[in-house]
Amino acid sequence: MTFDRRQWLKAGGALALAATLPACSPAARKGAPSARVVVIGAGWGGASAATYLRRWAPDVEVTVVERSDAFISCPQSNLVLSGGRTLESLTVPYGKWATKHGIRFVKGEAEGIDATRRLVTLAGGQTLPYDRLILSPGVDLNYDGIPGLKSPDSRADVLHAWKAGPQTVALRRQLEALPDGGVYVLTIPKAPYRCPPGPYERTSLVAAYFKRHKPRSKVIVLDGNPDIVSKKGLFLTAWKELYPGIIDYRANNALVDVDVAGRRVITEFETVSAGVINVVPPQHAGRIARIAGVVNAEDRWVRVNHLSYESTAVPGIHVIGDATTSTPAPKSGHVANQQGKVTAAAVADLLAGRTLHADPSISNTCYSFVSNEEAINVAAVYRVDSGGATLKLAEGSSGVSDARSALEAEFARAWAANIWTDMLG
Amino acid sequence: MKTMHGLLCALCCAAGTSAALAAAPEPITLGARLAASCAACHGFEGRSVQRTPVLAGVDRRAFLDALHGFRDGSREATVMHHLARGYSEAELAALADYYAALPAPAAPAQGK
Repeated sequence: MTFDRRQWLKAGGALALAATLPACSPAARKGAPSARVVVIGAGWGGASAATYLRRWAPDVEVTVVERSDAFISCPQSNLVLSGGRTLESLTVPYGKWATKHGIRFVKGEAEGIDATRRLVTLAGGQTLPYDRLILSPGVDLNYDGIPGLKSPDSRADVLHAWKAGPQTVALRRQLEALPDGGVYVLTIPKAPYRCPPGPYERTSLVAAYFKRHKPRSKVIVLDGNPDIVSKKGLFLTAWKELYPGIIDYRANNALVDVDVAGRRVITEFETVSAGVINVVPPQHAGRIARIAGVVNAEDRWVRVNHLSYESTAVPGIHVIGDATTSTPAPKSGHVANQQGKVTAAAVADLLAGRTLHADPSISNTCYSFVSNEEAINVAAVYRVDSGGATLKLAEGSSGVSDARSALEAEFARAWAANIWTDMLG
Repeated sequence: MKTMHGLLCALCCAAGTSAALAAAPEPITLGARLAASCAACHGFEGRSVQRTPVLAGVDRRAFLDALHGFRDGSREATVMHHLARGYSEAELAALADYYAALPAPAAPAQGK
């Protein structure tokens, strides 16, 4: 069944519907938008793409399919663990945003994509036709290689907290319940994973909490990578100067299994006992990417043309964010925000019959807190290479902070306020 | 259905919910494309809501002087000394024109 305006009216009530229809544009007044774009997923990439597409192509109808009522930011969610932020302060509801920009917001789960007929099918059976489809799939967590974490019960105990939300708050509670002297273990998957510096920021902020509230407690980091993946020098200095004796970092220590009942972590080299076990599992492109048939890199990620973020596998489907292979750009919210805008411009250009911009650029500015008071950053500009097949670093444009500082913490909080307003304001 | 849609339009416009009144879609300028990247930290159309400098309404020459200063290291920065090196002279000029053409917000620009 295709949702037409009449059914929308029944489903949503006249005012709610009127508020979500881009019905005042001249095209809509004539009876139909010039084109229809469906965006699946209103995270960093999808929300940015939808917002900018409405700005740059006001005659195009934009429908966003999203399973949540509100956006919750992963960036800065580690501060919930240290008491530096509340989850509420990381949450932006979608309602006002959709109304303001004339976005049709559909709360639901996409279950099928017919790329030939250009139709999205929702869990309830409804269909949404599109001229161009934008997927912002994010990542799914993969527990296949961790036998002890197959059951939902085990995963309610051993948390990931790698998607901000209830798990973030639950991990904070586990840390609060840990006795002074108890051990917290964090396991890090082999790269690539969402937010390269995230595990090391988490290490710092759990240590900050222990330093203040549980000074005899320890943080043990079991890293599947040969070394700290991002901002290494800055993190090591912070750990040494701020948290002496608290953090025990062990590289090349890939997770093999978790003995949940015995509270033990088993790696390739050792078995470590802990009061709180926090496993960040390996990741792959979110399920909708698989449904769309666009997963074509290492059977995990999505390859795109970086001029338009159109899938190299399926025409008419654009994919942005952590699900894509965009190296050397990291899997970060900032990069997804940037890709959302390049995609919005490209989709607007394609629908209007214009030539694609040949040299789009994206930036990354990624702050990590090393305590509630101080932060560090890595920043870079990326440009397209090989006609859009890959990205490359713009020469000389990449670097990290000279040193951690309170000023950077202030800029980090301003970054969050600004980028959330940019994509959801 | 046509009547229904007309009614919805009336409802929608009466409620003042849509500002999308543009005619045929206009091409997206180079300045607008580049500024969309800067918007992540500096706000849409350079209207930063917290701490990061407001760019809307910044004088063209002042903008270019700042970016050149970041690029050659004569102007201190926490991120801009890196990012400024990622753009061509033509791109910086397009950004300078874009921001200079925008009205400065009523509140004074924050930040350094």
